Amino acid sequence: MAATANTEARLLSRVLRVGLAVAVLGQIAWSFRPEPSSAQSDQQIQGRALYEANCSTCHALDAGGTVNGPSLLEVGPAAVDFMLATGRMPLANPNDQPERGQPKFTSEQIDALIAYVGSIAPGGEPIPTVDTSAGDLALGAQVFLNNCAGCHGAGASGDSVGGGQIAPSIYPASPTEIGEAVRIGPGVMPRFGPETIDQRDLDSLAAYLVWIRDNGDDGGLQLGRVGAVAEGLVAVVVGLGILIVVLRLTGAKR
Amino acid sequence: MIVRRLVDGVDERLDGTSFIRRNLGKVFPDHWSFMLGELALYSFVMLLLTGTFLSLFFVASPAETVYRGPYAPMQGSEVSLAYESVLRISFEVRAGLVMRQTHHWAALVFVASMTAHLVRVFFTGAFRKPRELSWIIGVTLLVAGIGGGFTGYSLPDDLLSGTGLRIIYSAVLSIPVVGTWLAYLFFGGEFPSAELIPRLFVMHILLIPALITGLLSAHLALVWHQTHTQFRPKGTPESSVTGTPVWPKFALKSVGLAFITFAVLAALGGLSQINPVWLYGPFVPYSAPSPAQPDFYAGWLEGILRLWPNWEFHVFGHTIGELFLPAVVIPGIIFTALALWPFIEARAKHDTAVHHDAQRPRDEPVRSGIGAAGIAFFVLLMLAGSNDVLAKYLQVEVDTLNGVLKVLLFVVPVLVYAITWWICRDLHARDSAPIAHPPRVEFRRNAEGGFDEHHDEARSRGDVAATQGDREQP
Ligand code: HEC
Ligand code: HEC
Repeated sequence: MAATANTEARLLSRVLRVGLAVAVLGQIAWSFRPEPSSAQSDQQIQGRALYEANCSTCHALDAGGTVNGPSLLEVGPAAVDFMLATGRMPLANPNDQPERGQPKFTSEQIDALIAYVGSIAPGGEPIPTVDTSAGDLALGAQVFLNNCAGCHGAGASGDSVGGGQIAPSIYPASPTEIGEAVRIGPGVMPRFGPETIDQRDLDSLAAYLVWIRDNGDDGGLQLGRVGAVAEGLVAVVVGLGILIVVLRLTGAKR
Repeated sequence: MIVRRLVDGVDERLDGTSFIRRNLGKVFPDHWSFMLGELALYSFVMLLLTGTFLSLFFVASPAETVYRGPYAPMQGSEVSLAYESVLRISFEVRAGLVMRQTHHWAALVFVASMTAHLVRVFFTGAFRKPRELSWIIGVTLLVAGIGGGFTGYSLPDDLLSGTGLRIIYSAVLSIPVVGTWLAYLFFGGEFPSAELIPRLFVMHILLIPALITGLLSAHLALVWHQTHTQFRPKGTPESSVTGTPVWPKFALKSVGLAFITFAVLAALGGLSQINPVWLYGPFVPYSAPSPAQPDFYAGWLEGILRLWPNWEFHVFGHTIGELFLPAVVIPGIIFTALALWPFIEARAKHDTAVHHDAQRPRDEPVRSGIGAAGIAFFVLLMLAGSNDVLAKYLQVEVDTLNGVLKVLLFVVPVLVYAITWWICRDLHARDSAPIAHPPRVEFRRNAEGGFDEHHDEARSRGDVAATQGDREQP
């Protein structure tokens, strides 16, 4: 019996020693882990937490979509970045047209969400690089007038496009956001692939859109760039209005 | 005085005896609303002045060229000579942009003040016999003014103007039997033809201004000859004319008004952007910008088009295009009815008498009601013409807005008619039987700290005035 007890004690101590060795080795191995993998997994954890708290009710835990929101499978980083950087997502009411607003997340959190959505729904459109300095204003104007002005207005100040949808003003959008919008086609906006708008077109387009934000207003006060509606109002209310006041002041009243 | 001497001099030589002198003494009424037509006149003068300047630099040619001017986003683009010359006027010609903008603002104010003048004449019944001809000429002037505006809007050959022209072209084509032929006559071939801009230019700077000048002269001559109508206290004979004599007071005032009109137009032209064609880009047939509205005076026509369902008819083997009814027939009916209004009204009222008094709108509830309803109708159509812009600002669906407007177009004018009629009738009744002022009640504080009412019949308002008058006498 004593022998058996002795063997058992020895066995136990050996198991413990091996266990300790494994733990120490593991610890050493862990400390030599590649750095990014830990960051990624931190980001993954953060992204996952953010996603589950803010997005999953509408887009589902597996990003496959629900009745309240479309599937995010295959949408890609460009779409996620666009929706988050312009403050469109998370949407308050699934039936509203998403609108630009204050982004709800920091850029670090946005990166985490992009990474997490990319891990559960890989593929899709990558975030485009847009370099306005490589663009050409004249080409940009042409691309804009041919492809975008019909919805966003010749002055890029926005207009309604039917179906209750509004093509918003492009002024607040950064070049990257412009590139993302072009490539993904948010909402009812069509998507424009590189076969219609190539990289040079895109750079030029963004350059033009940044340019007309603060230029092109020669001639004085711009009237919201909505054209004849505002002009007519000003002509009648201000122009004729002032003249009628003058008539009233100088003419007989009875 | 110099003028008197000058007049004497001319009279002596031309044996006009007292023609000029008699007319210098002619009196004009001085109610403010009678001067609206003058605003139109002076806006037209401004149009001629700025237009002459612009015609020195505008090139009426659709020939292609490559833009090499200072506007960066167009550099190297293929544009028409017409478009290029408008950019040159805007960015290179000294004072070109302010002239161009003043010209455009003047066009808008020209039509707006003609409309205001028409409204005044309508509501005061100044169109009645014997002034029907002035009225018809006036309506023709309005149409000519709209035509002038539209041809001018189309000249720069930018994307927006091309969009408007395409609509007009389709509207002309939609006229049964003669449509194709007329379209060929005005457009010189299939849209967009090479003849288009030169033809529009001739219409815009020659035919229409000549027509307006001619009609305007006739209009003014008629006013001069027939004299104005005037508001008259009841009982004054209709033949009497009171007002300010032409020389010196009326003439000086009128010259002053001319300069104020010029000043307002120039200020608009210098301070406020209008029709920035460089943003719209050159016309290309396959593209259209938005928001694409015509100038406001055609806004109601655009409204009819936007609300009209896409109906197409077949009559006697002819296809009647979907634009024919909304773009040709309805505006035709509206302008014809407007031009013939004096006769329509006279017949309805069995009124064959000659009138020289200006009526107060309240004295003619039915006419005033119709006029107000008409204004409401046009305003609603203009809203429909700007439905996309409205939808953007109101955050509603364009289709919802159209649906609402279609209903309002039938409901609102009826309501406006009823309300106007009722207000006019009330005001009229009050005028003919002034309400006695209610007796004045005074509250006086009494010794106990409460208030006593004092009904003081003798001191009701009319009597107080009399008492005050008495007091002033000694
Ligand atoms: C209230 C429901 C709701 C919530 C919460 C929400 N979304 Fe959405 N999301 C939608 C709807 C609805 C659309 C489709 C919008 C449209 O295009 O009109 C959409 C679209 C998107 C798209 C574009 C899909 C495509 O096809 O291009 C992305 C990407 C997206 N959401 C990401 C997110 C992320 C990330 C979150 C969390 C931060 C989030 N959403 C939260 C409802 C929601
Ligand atoms: C069919 C009409 C249509 C066309 C054509 C179109 N867009 Fe859009 N665009 C929209 C609508 C609608 C939205 C709003 C999408 C949404 O619901 O979030 C939008 C959104 C955008 C945004 C985001 C604006 C913001 O909120 O910051 C940008 C940038 C943009 N569009 C650029 C373009 C460019 C550049 C083109 C031309 C290559 C273009 N669009 C063509 C309809 C259009």
